[in-house]
Amino acid sequence: FCSWCRRKVQYGSIFINWVDSRTIYVGHREPPPGTEAYIPQRFPDNRIVSSKYTFWNFVPKNLFEQFRRIANFYFLIIFLVQLIIDTPTSPVTSGLPLLFVITVTAIKQGYEDWLRHKADNAMNQYPVHFIQHGKLVRKQSRKLRVGDIVMVKEDETFPCDLIFLSSSREDGTCFVTTASLDGESSHKTHYAVQDTKAFHNEQEMDALHATIECLLFRSKRLHFVTFIFCRPLGSENLLLRGATLKNTEKIFGVAIYTGMETKMALNYQAKSQKRSAVEKSMNVFLIVYLCILISKALINTVLKYVWQSEPFRDEPWYNQKTEPERKRNLFLRAFTDFLAFMVLFNYIIPVSMYVTVEMQKFLGSYFLTWDEEMFDEDTGEGPLVNTSDLNEELGQIEYVFTDKTGTLTENNMEFVECCIEGHVYVPHVICNGQILHDCTGIDMIDSSPGGSGKREELFFRALCLCHTVQVKDDDSVDGLKKSQLSRRSCIYISSSPDEVALVEGIQRYEGLRTLCVAYKELTAEEYSKVQKLLQNAKLALQDREKKLAEVYEKIERDFILLGATAVEDRLQEKAADTIEALQKAGIKVWVLTGDKMETAAATCYACKLFRRNTQILELTTKKIEEQSLHDVLFDLSKTVLRHKLFLEICRNCSAVLCCRMAPLQKAQIVKLIKLSKEHPITLAIGDGANDVSMILEAHVGIGIIGKEGRQAARNSDYAIPKFKHLKKMLLVHGHFYYVRISELVQYFFYKNVCFIFPQFLYQFFCGFSQQTLYDTAYLTLYNISFTSLPILFYGLMEQHVSADTLKREPSLYRDVAKNALLRWRAFIYWTFLGVFDAVVFFFGAYLLYDNTVVTSNGQMFGNWTFGTLVFTVLVFTVTLKLALDTHYWTWINHFMIWGSLVFYVVFSLLWGGIIWPFLNYQRMYYVFMQMLSSGPAWLGIILLITVSLLPDVLKKVLCRQLWPTATERIQYFKICCFLSSDQPERKNYCVLWEAWYYAGAIKPSAIEHVTCIFDPNKLSYICLEGEGQYRC
Amino acid sequence: MAVNYSAKEEADGHPSGGVGMPGGGAGGGGAVKTRKPDNTAFKQQRLPAWQPILTAGTVLPAFFIIGLIFIPIGIGIFVTSNNIREYEIDYTGTEPSSPCNKCLNVSWDSTPPCTCTINFTLEHSFESNVFMYYGLSNFYQNHRRYVKSRDDSQLNGDNSSLLNPSKECEPYRTNEDKPIAPCGAIANSMFNDTLELYRIDNDTRTPITLIKKGIAWWTDKNVKFRNPTGDGNNLTALFQGTTKPVNWPKPVYMLDSEPDNNGFINEDFIVWMRTAALPTFRKLYRLIERKNNLQPTLQAGKYSLDIAYNYPVHSFDGRKRMILSTISWMGGKNPFLGIAYITVGSICFFLGVVLLIIHHKYGNRNTSADIPN
Repeated sequence: FCSWCRRKVQYGSIFINWVDSRTIYVGHREPPPGTEAYIPQRFPDNRIVSSKYTFWNFVPKNLFEQFRRIANFYFLIIFLVQLIIDTPTSPVTSGLPLLFVITVTAIKQGYEDWLRHKADNAMNQYPVHFIQHGKLVRKQSRKLRVGDIVMVKEDETFPCDLIFLSSSREDGTCFVTTASLDGESSHKTHYAVQDTKAFHNEQEMDALHATIECLLFRSKRLHFVTFIFCRPLGSENLLLRGATLKNTEKIFGVAIYTGMETKMALNYQAKSQKRSAVEKSMNVFLIVYLCILISKALINTVLKYVWQSEPFRDEPWYNQKTEPERKRNLFLRAFTDFLAFMVLFNYIIPVSMYVTVEMQKFLGSYFLTWDEEMFDEDTGEGPLVNTSDLNEELGQIEYVFTDKTGTLTENNMEFVECCIEGHVYVPHVICNGQILHDCTGIDMIDSSPGGSGKREELFFRALCLCHTVQVKDDDSVDGLKKSQLSRRSCIYISSSPDEVALVEGIQRYEGLRTLCVAYKELTAEEYSKVQKLLQNAKLALQDREKKLAEVYEKIERDFILLGATAVEDRLQEKAADTIEALQKAGIKVWVLTGDKMETAAATCYACKLFRRNTQILELTTKKIEEQSLHDVLFDLSKTVLRHKLFLEICRNCSAVLCCRMAPLQKAQIVKLIKLSKEHPITLAIGDGANDVSMILEAHVGIGIIGKEGRQAARNSDYAIPKFKHLKKMLLVHGHFYYVRISELVQYFFYKNVCFIFPQFLYQFFCGFSQQTLYDTAYLTLYNISFTSLPILFYGLMEQHVSADTLKREPSLYRDVAKNALLRWRAFIYWTFLGVFDAVVFFFGAYLLYDNTVVTSNGQMFGNWTFGTLVFTVLVFTVTLKLALDTHYWTWINHFMIWGSLVFYVVFSLLWGGIIWPFLNYQRMYYVFMQMLSSGPAWLGIILLITVSLLPDVLKKVLCRQLWPTATERIQYFKICCFLSSDQPERKNYCVLWEAWYYAGAIKPSAIEHVTCIFDPNKLSYICLEGEGQYRC
Repeated sequence: MAVNYSAKEEADGHPSGGVGMPGGGAGGGGAVKTRKPDNTAFKQQRLPAWQPILTAGTVLPAFFIIGLIFIPIGIGIFVTSNNIREYEIDYTGTEPSSPCNKCLNVSWDSTPPCTCTINFTLEHSFESNVFMYYGLSNFYQNHRRYVKSRDDSQLNGDNSSLLNPSKECEPYRTNEDKPIAPCGAIANSMFNDTLELYRIDNDTRTPITLIKKGIAWWTDKNVKFRNPTGDGNNLTALFQGTTKPVNWPKPVYMLDSEPDNNGFINEDFIVWMRTAALPTFRKLYRLIERKNNLQPTLQAGKYSLDIAYNYPVHSFDGRKRMILSTISWMGGKNPFLGIAYITVGSICFFLGVVLLIIHHKYGNRNTSADIPN
């Protein structure tokens, strides 16, 4: 028996190239002697480790992880260079901020890991029952080993991957939900191994001698073939860790995969982190700046040695080197000089940018969760932010992939009508929660008298029998619709929401997904033939699914149609409005659904994705049988997807509907678009577990906190209660986030170019000696205190147009599409503006100071006063530049911007005001005050600030005047209304007028009562409405 | 990213969050937020705000105003600057014709000092107080090695620093195992030419009184620079144990005869210690006060400058100058500021006009194209 078995196994291993195979002795019973040498395989224990660190390796490993990030590594190098060689700035200036960033991150990650440890421990110590020497033993889950026979009770989760041996149910089945695994809340039926399903107690189990061969492909989808008693086992015999036993008192199973080898553990190891387009641009800009930095340092090093080639310059009599300096190797000297220049200019890539960006994202995401309009009163849920890394990506979406059921629709199935033999039956009382007690309640609208009741009976019998609905006496049914009948204790659970509605429909008559019911009579012979075919297919080792499908194909033909049922799933509130807005915003909306085409198309029409005049291009082969339709689509996706033809066609469509999509296919479609030529930013939104794969695949995944569990919401980046909230999320929040962060990034680079470029220029005047222009305190605090808060709060508060306008005018979203504010042109503009400003600061100060006296008492200023003047102009200019860019001045902005400037002045007065003890230099003593006592310094500061800001103001005004963007037009009209709305009743006209004006294409019919005439003398508009006259 | 919020990871890392939760699934993990958010203006991003927009219309007046303010200021500065009298003599002596040519290759310790006299004529009289400067060119006082080569604690009168100067002073920290006071390259290279000014009136040389106090910042003289403290006021005793800077002919406590201008608080020394920003610089040397309101400080006429030429600049291609200048409220002669103000003002005015034209021409087209009738 056994040898035959082994022969078979060996046979199996000949023709399939197994990646991994294992032999499991059930209950650790070694094979009888005489068989081949028994080599015990070693399997891991059942410990789950999701934590990254242990107590001991936390510090080194975390530091290693952190310094693997290029930015942190860069700052570390700078810091080390400052420590090792003699550099112009103190190591504190870069060490302190770096330490801060590293510590905060380490604390955060440590805390998260501690939470993971806690969760792991809870899981590993969870008690599990298993059989040892014929007795039931309770042990911690982590002690479970491969081969142990485990008992699982109802509502318990499986502690490892098990082969289902027997069940307390008579028929050897059990029901399982995989809600916590893949989120599918439906109950799936699993079957015990035929040979063991009769074993019902511990003793019987203990007596079991069996061997299981597991052959496993380590692909994403586990193909699973096992043998027990020379019987091939399939996934219906396999119970996966993390799934929950339902509706079954208890089961026995044997552990085959434990710990980190379980499918659950294998699956969650491969998660990639999403990065936003802004972050990618930022990294590119960083590299550009790194190149600029290196070239600056190189240029200066080379020039230094060219300049120093004359000995009187290298070492004039007044400035001799020390003996060790003189002896140092030339190349070593040149290298240290290069490093010193790097350190001098390193502020061009500031640590604070990372901190500010993170803070902006983190704090900014609160505005989303706080949004009252996105709070759903019915469910008591507001939006959830699972990651703040992608905030700005919400403003960049080009494709929205949406699930249909539960996302566009309510996922609230209601039985509407049925049609039997061409007669339509509708519920007697139309819904409204009214209950009809039995089938007799059906009112035959179109009943032909004398119609054979047989057909109806057959119809209902088919409905009653052919489903997977289970009757359950408990009311803790998760995920699925709970019956609204409180007085009934029966609740129906099923693997398809359609079916629940149907069963409920038969029970009571409430609320158009259609389902055809057909039948076929089989004779006993035919039945046994069919049965045999099915059995063979089920036993097949290879292509089992395919063979089964072939058999079903053979049987399921020549049906006699009985009738059809119709179930309605209502559209979610404002779904059409949302889709319309998204399309206006230039976002392509694709509906990916598992439903059949007709249902899905009807929904698309209802939610205005398709319009009456939309030309529909169907990429299907029309077949009545759904199975073949599925096949056609599947084949289509297989062949056409590869040929990119599908992509070409779909990209040119205004809307796309993909039907009969398996979860993985949804993800494939998303991936296909994501990786297409233009690399568009995609968003996937869905509510169910079948959407998780696409949610994870898309650039931004949105979960609907819906009926089908929280799986989608948990795996998403953001979760919202209803589909309609997507509109505000993208058009308002996304737009704001994007505008804010792009300005923040550009501004940070700009202000650091302004900051560092004068230092670079100064090297040409100080003999390339790495002398700093600014005092150390200024170098350290520039990014930390003087210029950090205004931009942070700009990044949190800015509203270039009002939220209402953004919502009303979705097309404004196009203005920021495709990373518009971070394109190369914008980046170069900002950089050049920075260089221009830096040149103005430096040479302005140079010309002001050059060989002349700027005080009224004839006394001279030194290099620190020069630097302070440049720095003062710098701080004021960059702050005022931000002020010019700010469109939304709340008291907070005022406080931050003016507060920063005041702080700078106060700090400078204080810093120079006393002789600081414990400081080995007093170079700033009274420098700032002396500078302020000089008239020309004041005049110079005012002049240089004006000159620095002038080009930007000019550019802004000219661009706005000559090539206004849609946003700018809206802004302009906002002012108009602002001015004219001193009388409240006029505001309405303004709004109308604004909409009309902006749209341009919209004919004035919508606002025919308002006429506006431009008044060139007043540079304003006069609007006439009837007798009234308004002026803007 | 330096800081990475992996809240998502947290949520994903535990698909089995429902393990210990009978009936798992819904409500498995994460804090369930059920509380409705507060309806505050801040949280709803509805804080009252001023929403200015930079349009041609709003910027136009600003441009005109800037133009109208800057141009008069510029003219004012320009006129003021032009009214300032300034006279400059280069006495480096590189040209063979120069009287100081003989001193060109002077060294530090030449005794007696090489002296030379340069005669010059002032075309215009200097009416108000005159400030006498010395100017150096190609002298890198802003070189990093030079700038940091000082010990501010020592200069502030700290006794421990006096005897143990900072390492930054190397290689001018110690000499013959004695600490140098004042240490460092800056102090060591102090300018030590002596300049004297005479008015030549019918071949008689009348010396002009040069005031040597009030040339340094008041705060430097009184707070930042202090002589070491100890018993008595005898500077020689207070500087006991230190040695003079290598290049100096005499120690720091013999810089001046007056006790309040001697040692570290010598004003010439303090002036020198304030390192210049650029390689060409001038430093205040002496003041010439106007005696009375009847006659100018320096009348037009012939003058002669007597130089005790001690400071070698030829080795590094440097130049030395003596500058006489009057000072206005805005300092010395500086045409840049006035011209810059006038230029910027004019540009703003011009831009204002351009914008006005654009606003009229294009403003119409852009904003009223669709207006009916």
